[in-house]
Amino acid sequence: MSAAKNTVSARATKAPSWWSRVLQDHSRAISGSFTQLVQKPIATLLTAFVIGLTLALPAGLDTVLRNLDIVGDSLQGSLRASLFLKDSVTPEQAQDLNRVLGKRPGVASSRLITREQALQEFKEHSGFGEALDLLKDNPLPATIVVTPDHHAPEAQTDALMKELVKLPEVEQAQLDEKWLQRLYAILDLVQQAVAVVAAALGLAVIIVIGNTIRLDIESHREEISVMKLIGAPDSFIRRPFLYTGLGYGLIGAVLACAMVAGVALLLASPAHQLADLYDAAPALHGLAPQAVGGVFGAGLVLGWLGAYWAVSRHLHLIQPT
Amino acid sequence: MADVVFFHRVTQRYYKGPQILREASFRLGEGEMMFLTGASGSGKSTLLRLIGSLTRPQTGQIAVLSQNISQLRRSEIPAFRRQIGIIFQNPSLLAERTVFDNVALPLVIRGHSGADIGRRVRGALDAVGLLNKEKAFPITLSGGEQQRAGIARAVVATPKLLLADEPTGNLDPEMAREVMQLFMRFNQIGVSVLVATHALGLIRHLPYRIAHLENGRIDIQSADDAAAPAIAEKLI
Ligand SMILES: Nc1ncnc2c1ncn2[C@@H]1O[C@H](COP(=O)(O)OP(=O)(O)OP(=O)(O)O)[C@@H](O)[C@H]1O
Ligand SMILES: [Mg+2]
Repeated sequence: MSAAKNTVSARATKAPSWWSRVLQDHSRAISGSFTQLVQKPIATLLTAFVIGLTLALPAGLDTVLRNLDIVGDSLQGSLRASLFLKDSVTPEQAQDLNRVLGKRPGVASSRLITREQALQEFKEHSGFGEALDLLKDNPLPATIVVTPDHHAPEAQTDALMKELVKLPEVEQAQLDEKWLQRLYAILDLVQQAVAVVAAALGLAVIIVIGNTIRLDIESHREEISVMKLIGAPDSFIRRPFLYTGLGYGLIGAVLACAMVAGVALLLASPAHQLADLYDAAPALHGLAPQAVGGVFGAGLVLGWLGAYWAVSRHLHLIQPT
Repeated sequence: MADVVFFHRVTQRYYKGPQILREASFRLGEGEMMFLTGASGSGKSTLLRLIGSLTRPQTGQIAVLSQNISQLRRSEIPAFRRQIGIIFQNPSLLAERTVFDNVALPLVIRGHSGADIGRRVRGALDAVGLLNKEKAFPITLSGGEQQRAGIARAVVATPKLLLADEPTGNLDPEMAREVMQLFMRFNQIGVSVLVATHALGLIRHLPYRIAHLENGRIDIQSADDAAAPAIAEKLI
């Protein structure tokens, strides 16, 4: 029994398990690259700052877009179509049509304003109250106000409008606040532009990190040469540089989030005033949790890619002399 | 007995350079210790580099530890090199690491645990008489001490084959003798050793074969069997 125990413990000290070996190798690599980053804090911060700035641009644009979208949502009431019904349409038919329209795809909501309600409203708001009593007939048509779903593309909304105009019950249709619809279309376009810009900036981050890692490799030429001489596997030599790349990406992501948060803080009070002016969403929204996740994810992935690119291009050029 | 080094009709010349080796052949047996001599520029370093797979052979056949060097893929070289210990004339220690950390490197890349590394590194440092210098940085060591630290690094992971290129080059005669004795002791525990050296006076009476490089060819001089063992014993 005790002999068996001894064998086990002897094996434990001689051959560590695969997992503990991997853990040990990686923690050694991490501490190595941490030392590397900390040994030259200015250079590290400069690189991370450039990466942070590059990540902050798309993240900041995304935040701006999100805010515009929220403002738009709060103005959504103004994007709607007024369908003026023919006089021949009975109130019951109007009710039915209102129900049907409310259920159509691409329609957010639909509201019926009867002739009586319209007259009542007009009386209250126009100041012609007394004068209108003189009229024998109510001149105002019944109206159905349709609010299209603003997330639907403009083409679809236009098609919807064309169909609404052709309804036999409809005398005339009018789309209000076309500019808001345009805004949404523009926002969509900008969103796509941001995606393209983000991809280009991502490439820039890879190049910046790749170049920095290349210089790191260059300054460790001697060490790499000795490592190869004593038979260190490529993965072993590569690992600290890959972790350094991840480190740059991580610090860059932290800086990017800090920059966007800082700018949002600076813009908070003017945005508040602007929002008041338009009676829109009162507060400026900072980085969304998904955006923070995106920035960190992008920083880490790009850092790793940049490091891997540098390592695969430059490590094999160093051979023991 | 299998050959540790099988060097067969190897021809080597550097790009636009002179012909260094012309169909040179020799064998190093398992557990054998051998010296490599020759004038400066005769190709001793080139030959050791070929065996350590630091230079690609052009023509001829080189097998080391039963592996055909010319067929090694780049990905197979690290594992191959981990089987041999290489000592250069310039010990190439890493300046920003302590003697201990330098010697520990071959164990670190093999994934040894911290405790195991401590034990083995101190063992190797003890063997080369540097136990009191483990925390020193290479720059604070004398040439001989650096050379010995390089030897400790080469043997710490108990290689099957030890290649040394003029390891006594910058040592005084006394120190040179000690280093040679160190190699002989490693050889006695079964390590095959090949040492390139100019120090003919130091090796002439030792019981080992000498491979002499001249005009690109290797001439084997057998050990002075009669006299040598006694001298070797006295040296150790
Ligand atoms: N990388 C190289 N490119 C071109 N020529 C080289 C290269 N390395 C060595 N040589 C030449 O090859 C010849 C043999 O060099 P090598 O270093 O093998 O000689 P050696 O026997 O070790 O000499 P020494 O005793 O001085 O160390 C020399 O003439 C040298 O100039
Ligand atoms: Mg030489």
